[in-house]
Amino acid sequence: MYEKDGEKYFVVDGHVHYWDASPENTTNKYGEGFIRCFYDYHKNLSPEEYLWSLDKYRKYSEEDMMHDLFEIGYVDVAIFQSTYLKDFYNDGFNTTARNAILKEKYPDKFILNGQFEPRLGEAGLEEFERKHEKYGFTGIKLYTAEWHEDSKGWKLDDYWSIKHLEKCVELGVKNIHVHKGPTIWPLNRDSFDVADVDEAASSFPELNFIVEHVGLPRLEDFCWIGTQEPNVYGGLAVAMPFIYAKPRYFAQVIGELLYWLGEDRILFASDYAIWQPKWLVEMFVDFEYPEDAEFDDYAEITPDIKRKILGLNAAKLYDIEVPEELQLVTADQGTGFDVEEKPATER
Amino acid sequence: MIEQDAVLDALSGVRDPELDEPVTDLGFVSDLRVEDDTVSVRLRLPTYFCAPNFAYLMVADAREAVLSVPGVRRASVVLDGHYASEELNTASAFDEAFPGETEGPDLGELRTTFRRKSFVSRQQQLCRSLLAEDCSPRELARMRLGDVPPSEAFETYLDRRAELGVEVSPEAPLVVDPDGRRVPEEAVVQHLRFAKTVRVSIEGNAALCRGLLETRYGGERGLGERPEKEEATT
Repeated sequence: MYEKDGEKYFVVDGHVHYWDASPENTTNKYGEGFIRCFYDYHKNLSPEEYLWSLDKYRKYSEEDMMHDLFEIGYVDVAIFQSTYLKDFYNDGFNTTARNAILKEKYPDKFILNGQFEPRLGEAGLEEFERKHEKYGFTGIKLYTAEWHEDSKGWKLDDYWSIKHLEKCVELGVKNIHVHKGPTIWPLNRDSFDVADVDEAASSFPELNFIVEHVGLPRLEDFCWIGTQEPNVYGGLAVAMPFIYAKPRYFAQVIGELLYWLGEDRILFASDYAIWQPKWLVEMFVDFEYPEDAEFDDYAEITPDIKRKILGLNAAKLYDIEVPEELQLVTADQGTGFDVEEKPATER
Repeated sequence: MIEQDAVLDALSGVRDPELDEPVTDLGFVSDLRVEDDTVSVRLRLPTYFCAPNFAYLMVADAREAVLSVPGVRRASVVLDGHYASEELNTASAFDEAFPGETEGPDLGELRTTFRRKSFVSRQQQLCRSLLAEDCSPRELARMRLGDVPPSEAFETYLDRRAELGVEVSPEAPLVVDPDGRRVPEEAVVQHLRFAKTVRVSIEGNAALCRGLLETRYGGERGLGERPEKEEATT
């Protein structure tokens, strides 16, 4: 919970990791390249006082994480988004099993999301069901650019992806976080394209699709889909830190999202440990649009809108109980386009 | 003798297809050597995992650009620090670099998709400045290319139009979709509104990529690198 100027904010961090990219766990040059690329994101967009050494960044402790999120970071509940990368790291980057260590210790602080691997076909379905039985998922995180043996990615509307999404419906796993990356099959296509999310969201109206990084670098395509599909949400991981390093750009992105998707479908996230929630929350609560014409067609971001984005929207998706005093104080601001609920199309 | 500037000038015609800016401006050209009739160029990208298809296009386009300089007989273009550097530097076609992982050799469709995005974004940039000069959306909808006062933004817009094969004669309407169809008067405002989102997306990606490149290479500037343009505040 964060409080400023008499306004209180319930905070759900929608995207956190407890990763291990230590040299001992790094399998090959790809794993090495991956963590260094992550580190550049951290270095490029963080305020100086929040910078870590590469050494610490590769593998941080449980104490670091609990401190940064819950002791100083204002986070009430954090959602673990498991990222496997088994072809890059011996035991994976931050697998469900690794995240589960903290979830078991602090059950009220974390929500543990799983994943599935559609390229395993039938065996993937069984594996997913087994894990669900063990952990009781309410959400999953899918990284479509993940390498698996000879394959460098997959799409949400592939045959086996659909089978896995049907399994999600059957098991009641309703929150599907989708993260696009630089590779996909076939490699000649734009791997960041979010058109497959559109397909899947139309086919599965009973599921919520949270597009991570608000579709960046395809913000425009994501916004367009958001005006078509009522069950598509935007996760702010990676967009958030622009608030410090590129504030005008942050203002444009958040303005666009509010214009197209509206205040009910945007979710705060730090992507910890790439960035830390403390400064992101503080700066977001202080945020105002720059005063020039570029921002004239954006609706004002009221404290209520900030409350929704920082926690209340995610709380709704994940049935998180929010204390009465942290609920909205006024009414809906009516941002975004009206999108009608639609019946499922044929799968 | 081949001048280094002539080669750099040719390279400035190569764009990052996604970011819609010259690879030179972006700082992607890290080294350039001329020896007799042979030119060697080294390219670098913001991350180890930049999308391999765009990387391939830039390497191939750079090679073609260098070979177009009078007197150049051999061109070597090498991409450093990419997970697929080896494959990209030795292959003569995209599908050869990644056997079994592509559908066909051609990246034409990908290129066209991004040329369309660039076109939309550049059109919005131009129209934004015209609107700021008290031109109404209604006037914009009726404007022909011959009515537009000269500017750098207009030149770039014409380039992007021509690239897509959209008519560039002075009689052609200014506000058209990427297929060259005139946008009706009542739809112009909404058309430009979505175009703004495309522009925000492209400009934001470019800003992120510049930042990551700077961090990755410790601020070491590329050949012909130009800092980010100041955002217009009109």
